[in-house]
Amino acid sequence: MTISAFLTDATVCIGCKACEVACKEWNEVPADGFVWSGLSYDNTQSLGASTWRHVMFLEQPQTAGPQIADTKDPFRWVFLSDVCKHCANAGCLEACPTGSIVRTDIGSVLVQKDVCNGCGYCIVSCPFGVIDRRPVDGRAFKCTFCYDRQKAGLIPACAKACPTQSIQFGNLEELQERGNNRVHELRERGYEDARLYNPLETSVGGVHAMFVILGEPENYNLPPAPEVPTIYLKSAWTSALLSAAIAFVIACVAFAH
Amino acid sequence: MTSSANPGARKASEERLDEIRKAAADAALPLRNAPVSHPQIRGKESYYGLPVLKAPVWTWEVALYFFIGGVSGMSAALAFAAQLFGGEAALIRAALFVALTGAVLCPILLIADLGRPSRFLNMLRVFKVQSPMSMGAWILVAFSGCVFVALVAFELTQRGYAIPLVIGIRWAAEASGALTGLFLAAYTGVLIGATANPVWSHNRKAIPPHFLASAVGGSGAVLELIGFLTPATQLLGFVAAVAETVLGIYFELSRLPVNSPLHRGKSGWAFRIAGTLAGPIALLVRLLSDSASGRRAAAICFLVGALLSRYAWIWAGVASAKDPEALFQIQRKA
Repeated sequence: MTISAFLTDATVCIGCKACEVACKEWNEVPADGFVWSGLSYDNTQSLGASTWRHVMFLEQPQTAGPQIADTKDPFRWVFLSDVCKHCANAGCLEACPTGSIVRTDIGSVLVQKDVCNGCGYCIVSCPFGVIDRRPVDGRAFKCTFCYDRQKAGLIPACAKACPTQSIQFGNLEELQERGNNRVHELRERGYEDARLYNPLETSVGGVHAMFVILGEPENYNLPPAPEVPTIYLKSAWTSALLSAAIAFVIACVAFAH
Repeated sequence: MTSSANPGARKASEERLDEIRKAAADAALPLRNAPVSHPQIRGKESYYGLPVLKAPVWTWEVALYFFIGGVSGMSAALAFAAQLFGGEAALIRAALFVALTGAVLCPILLIADLGRPSRFLNMLRVFKVQSPMSMGAWILVAFSGCVFVALVAFELTQRGYAIPLVIGIRWAAEASGALTGLFLAAYTGVLIGATANPVWSHNRKAIPPHFLASAVGGSGAVLELIGFLTPATQLLGFVAAVAETVLGIYFELSRLPVNSPLHRGKSGWAFRIAGTLAGPIALLVRLLSDSASGRRAAAICFLVGALLSRYAWIWAGVASAKDPEALFQIQRKA
């Protein structure tokens, strides 16, 4: 089994939003409102039920970056196309009570929309805030990794539409290596805060959508140490069973009197 | 338009145009070296303060379900405890009836909350131990069946069918109703505790006892309001109010940023008011008066507090999901 992966590189993204458009058109994702956010050029703001690619626009007081607008007043403009991480250990998949969310043969995490009943539990179980329920429709939606296209031998729509190869598509191991090499190269060229975002050391166990970023993961709303919520089950259930046992003992004491 | 259309305007002239140009240049000069005024991301700040996580989409039905599930689940446990220790038949019947009422209401509330209510049966497609939502669906189904059988068998034994088979079924159904009822009252704490939501997962060990305390006090209070002003329900009321008071103090003193939804804003105030009603106020009313009206007042205070605290927990989750800095802080510490 080859595991499909994305490597999205902030240092070559030009913020054109072709990925957002291509994703919407190919997957027939409905419009979800339009607001002027006032946050740089980002009027999309976040991933959601009807936004499966989201281009971020970071305005930062830094000098090392691809788009440096002003060297006297330190300023750089960084773009990054965010997407579902397709976690190795996916919180949404573990939480889904209907079996609607499955792991596919390409290693991606897929919501089967003919099964989802919109219980909303995946939404609070995603450590990246990706999946959401679509109002009116009532079901949960997120990036499908263009499973339909991949099965037909095509690359995902966003990667296909990307004009700068900021969105690279391939198999996980190869892209991991490419990501590490890219970070190494960037650091040699003076981009000292370049890094690969792939939380391998946490319970998420790494992601199938990695990112080459400049600066801190937090700046991109990428959690520094995301955890899959199943690691909390043991302590929560222990507390619940203990509390229930104590409650029953109290009930017995009350009626034994 | 000419000045005649706008009497306040000065007549256009070369001098006036010079004046306009000068005024514009003067105004623009200080801006040339002004710091950028649009939002910027510094240090380890989040992406313009936008939420990292998605807020729970659960509607009002879910918090009400937590409350009713707790009360009815614990009622089945009370019925079994009373049966074990020779409690009066009327109380056992009432407790089983409360449990069954809850078992009817709970699925309705849960189905109403679904995005696709017609697909509620999909909940029973799989049995997933690692999903508290899946476990909860199965617990609720088992609980409903057990308390229904228990109540039917109980009525049969009371109406002259006290044959060994019916008595055996009654005991089995009451016992399994109590067991599934305790699970029903307890699992909702795991349901919100084992999530990616910061305030919920951080308090995953404290939420189950909080929910159980509400269930014990709530089921006792319902029996009191029905008319069972017995020493047993009085004891349950006392213990639950003391537990709520202790937990209220604990949550109030947990001042980490991740717990700020329990202290600030809508959820914070709801949480405090709920805790005060179910804790110190219910306790004080019970201490000051053991008359029928005093106990009913205490029961009502506790029920209102317990119900409100379920909403407060949901609202706290909504507020917590919108606070990226608290999430980052807790992850950096871990």
